[in-house]
Amino acid sequence: MRITEHPILQFDRGRELAFEFDGRPMKGYEGETIAAALHANDVRVLRESPELHRPRGFFCAIGRCSSCLMTVNGVPNVMTCITPLRSGMHIETQRGKGTPAIGDAHSPRIRPDEQSRESDELPVVPLVIVGGGPAGLSAAAAAARFGIETVIVDENDVAGGQLIKQTHMFFGSREHHARVRGIDIGSKLIGDIEALPVRLMLGTTVLGLYQDRTLSLLAGDRHIAVRAESVVLATGASENMLAFENGDLPGVYGAGAVQTLMNVHGVTPGERVLMIGAGNIGLIVAYQLLQAGVEVAAIIDAAPEIGGYHVHAAKIRRAGVPILTSHTILKVSGDDRVTSAEIAMVDANWQPVPGSGRTLDIDTVCLAVGLTPNCELAFQSGCRQAFVPYLGGPVAVHGRDLETTVDGVFIAGDASGIEEASTAMLEGRLAGLAVAERLAADSDKTEIARLTAETREGLDALRAGPFGEKPRLGKERMFEIHRDIREAGE
Amino acid sequence: MNHRTNGILRSEELAGRLPSNERLNLGPIAVIECVENIPCNPCVDACPRGAITIDGDINGTPSVDDEKCNGCTVCLSACPGLAIFVVNAAGEGGMGSVSLPYEYRPLPARDERVDAVDREGEVICEARVTRVLDSKALDRTPIVTVELPREHVMDVRHFRRRSQAP
Repeated sequence: MRITEHPILQFDRGRELAFEFDGRPMKGYEGETIAAALHANDVRVLRESPELHRPRGFFCAIGRCSSCLMTVNGVPNVMTCITPLRSGMHIETQRGKGTPAIGDAHSPRIRPDEQSRESDELPVVPLVIVGGGPAGLSAAAAAARFGIETVIVDENDVAGGQLIKQTHMFFGSREHHARVRGIDIGSKLIGDIEALPVRLMLGTTVLGLYQDRTLSLLAGDRHIAVRAESVVLATGASENMLAFENGDLPGVYGAGAVQTLMNVHGVTPGERVLMIGAGNIGLIVAYQLLQAGVEVAAIIDAAPEIGGYHVHAAKIRRAGVPILTSHTILKVSGDDRVTSAEIAMVDANWQPVPGSGRTLDIDTVCLAVGLTPNCELAFQSGCRQAFVPYLGGPVAVHGRDLETTVDGVFIAGDASGIEEASTAMLEGRLAGLAVAERLAADSDKTEIARLTAETREGLDALRAGPFGEKPRLGKERMFEIHRDIREAGE
Repeated sequence: MNHRTNGILRSEELAGRLPSNERLNLGPIAVIECVENIPCNPCVDACPRGAITIDGDINGTPSVDDEKCNGCTVCLSACPGLAIFVVNAAGEGGMGSVSLPYEYRPLPARDERVDAVDREGEVICEARVTRVLDSKALDRTPIVTVELPREHVMDVRHFRRRSQAP
């Protein structure tokens, strides 16, 4: 359903577009993704799994999980969650792996960029930032301020990363944009780079990061190769999945996907939602669902305590939504979409308590069970990796200045360990300053050192409390690993 | 059970953070239900009278100076956690009021009868909307004041419009 009235957002929908889904005429709006338009038309099944022919729907909404692959205008495997809807599109449920015949009129062709093909020397860019979210935009502003020409590459059609769907006010201090809504922080960060030598390449995917910081970019059907003097990887994170019976049914969505659907596209994910995970993301998204007029049946979490801030929990609790700690989801049911979920209490060993199961009539399960850093490019470029549990997954080994073990390759934000957007902005700034330290004029070095010290202090303050303990300990461990590798001269 | 297991603050957990009965009887005052050490301090900057302070660094919890606070409600929409309320137990005829942040649409109308609910979302009593503030300065966090029997001012923290589905 499309949201018409919202307390925080105004949905100025673009031109109405007509398209076809499996031969049925439908209407969407300019600016929507294919998946959002289909959802608004009550289409939940986007493809069939190739082997077992199980229905597959929307899940991540950031072009990572492949659950939404469909055949569009005859081209299979189109990521409909990030592909804009166009007038007259023929969209089909994808069955099988959808391999196009070679030489087929519809098979996609990638053309090399003329400039990179004709010249032996690749164009050199002082700084390439991968990812235009809070960390990437902050890194760009910090480095470009010292005259460093910067290119930000982002596969989305808008910059801002996940900030574009954060309708709530941020915590922190005034210097860290506290009490400003995430959506407005995104606009501010984009505004900050406008007057600086920063080029935003949106709709562009980084295919690879090779030796000597050579990057292979795909912009639409155009392939571009560039060399960068420095690279900041600000690639963010991906939503974790949780294994339970029928967990692949359409209607089981990641929390970020639910936010994209309702806060970017103004489409509600369903009528009655079960939220899994009482960390800050689960609590915040549950509140945003209520604001969008969606009922939240309950929030459950297997842990014995709520993981997020009490103030977030209190908002939804007083709105009448139960928060059930020590509870897990056993299964969901439904033919081609979720119609109910079975939940149960868990004991101290995280095992379901027999006889405690109950069924909730819901049509959507929202998973807010953590994130995993996106480090593929770092690993591909040869960065050493380490698994520090407090950082949320294997990440590229990095030091306090956020440089990885590959010279000139930096990593910042959730890609370097799962945290908050406010810390991602400060980490991005630190990475940008570290690049400036390498590339800027000597006369700027004092100012760079001053800003670095100030930013580190701010970051330490944000991590100082009990909720910052895990990332604080995780980062300390990471810096130790980095130091050991450096000292071993590897 | 406590606020970490079910999201509901018990009165014991609020002890020492609430205004005294004497102060409550003198007129409106802010009540901040923020008991955890989270990195946040906009409430301190928001108060025009300097009545809100946090102990230690940015992770400290806020407290309200009973004498300086006049219940002006400016801090309500500055709190990212929507954890500040202004209570007034000094109304006429045994009535009091609670002002609270309300980020839902549609907004209630003045004089509308609503169901006042507690921290668990349970209906406590009927209340009457006496004021709805939604200025640009509030940045999409409107402040709604509801009038209700004074004995409920420390329990009511939200309300449900009767036209809404339960």
